[in-house]
Amino acid sequence: MKNRSLVSIEDYSKDEILRILELSKHFEKNPNQKILDGKVIASLFFEPSTRTRLSFESAVSKLGGSIIGFSEAGSSSVSKGESLKDTILTVSKYSDLIVMRHPLEGAAKYASEVSRVPIVNAGDGANQHPTQTLLDLYSIKKTQGTLSDLNIFLVGDLKYGRTVHSLLMALSNFNPVFNFIAHPKLRIPIEYKLYLDELGIKYYEHTEFTDIISRADIIYMTRLQRERFSDPVEYEKTKNVYVLRNEMLENTKDNLRILHPLPRVNEINEDVDSNPKAYYFEQAENGVYARQAIISSILGLS
Amino acid sequence: MKEEKKLQVSAIKDGTVIDHIPAKNLFKVIKILNLVSLEDPVTFGSNLDSSKLGKKAIIKMSNKYFDDEEINKLILVAPQARLNIIKDYQVIQKKQVKVPERIMGIAKCVNPKCITNNENVVTKFKVMYNKNVDLKCLYCEKITDQDHIEIII
Ligand SMILES: [Zn+2]
Repeated sequence: MKNRSLVSIEDYSKDEILRILELSKHFEKNPNQKILDGKVIASLFFEPSTRTRLSFESAVSKLGGSIIGFSEAGSSSVSKGESLKDTILTVSKYSDLIVMRHPLEGAAKYASEVSRVPIVNAGDGANQHPTQTLLDLYSIKKTQGTLSDLNIFLVGDLKYGRTVHSLLMALSNFNPVFNFIAHPKLRIPIEYKLYLDELGIKYYEHTEFTDIISRADIIYMTRLQRERFSDPVEYEKTKNVYVLRNEMLENTKDNLRILHPLPRVNEINEDVDSNPKAYYFEQAENGVYARQAIISSILGLS
Repeated sequence: MKEEKKLQVSAIKDGTVIDHIPAKNLFKVIKILNLVSLEDPVTFGSNLDSSKLGKKAIIKMSNKYFDDEEINKLILVAPQARLNIIKDYQVIQKKQVKVPERIMGIAKCVNPKCITNNENVVTKFKVMYNKNVDLKCLYCEKITDQDHIEIII
């Protein structure tokens, strides 16, 4: 992993994923280590994503590294029309590693081709967000003790949700059973079903969010995005159907944990927050350890 | 009839003849193979009758030979093209277009939000071939299917 960019979750093998998760555990135990002393991490957010940016910046700060960069394109040379290539070439002279978020798909891949330092993709449009996937996997492993043989329920926008697609592909290394719960218009795309068929992984599709969740080890909730619906009435109707409420958790397994990449809108009712099975805020905290693990392993410091 | 046939493939001494190009794609083939840079004689015939293609085109190039990689780029515009390699007025070898693993440049990614459509980036695709030639963008990972392939050079 040393000196290699992380653009897509598929850049990491199963063993490499497990190594990052081990390291995340190590950083959770000792989050403050000055191993990035003297290192400069560039944080280039060509579109704002406060949550992801703060998580990265917290990870770097706890390790004693310094951060340069910008939090939206408007405050940078990009607004003067500089090409991505020129921005990356310049910033790679100033830094040891570049974390970047960009609204265009494939931007991180392209940056990794022109950069002299490794790139960590913090989201490229609707395409990839591999650090989110690694923190999701860490959260699953931490709460279940394993990644293997789990019954995973994915709920919400399964058509456009990139976190769902990357998580599905990464978990496919570990013999899961998937249950997909979505509005017929937001079903999991055919290419992912073919992918699972090829690997012989079992999956079930549902349109109703009912007591089938009693079998779940993990429920991964996602947000419905208004812009995915051409009809606003349809959006309003749908968004109230796929809502998790506390009473629905009554007959669920003890080891069940509920994940969500955050921010949520209304898809998890607030009455779930105090249920011990709610795990989404801890999940966000895990993001810091996972990002510490990713950055330090790419820089060869751990 | 015989005379006509002869005219269509009138002999060159040494070089390459590319036959069975769909007539509408002749100029794309010229661009993809960068034939404007050739200095030796090149002759074109277009709108010739073809039982396979309706109207076909043919290109004859003296003293010009292609490697397979160049030829395989024609998969997007002239998959049925046939090459005759000529030495001393004799056809010494025949070649067909094969499906390449990757296509660089030539085609446009169908995704308007792809980096290749917004910055000066040469497109790169993995060729997914079963019946149709579909292209998977190596940047945005979206698939451009055969019906939506737009040639950009
Ligand atoms: Zn693309």
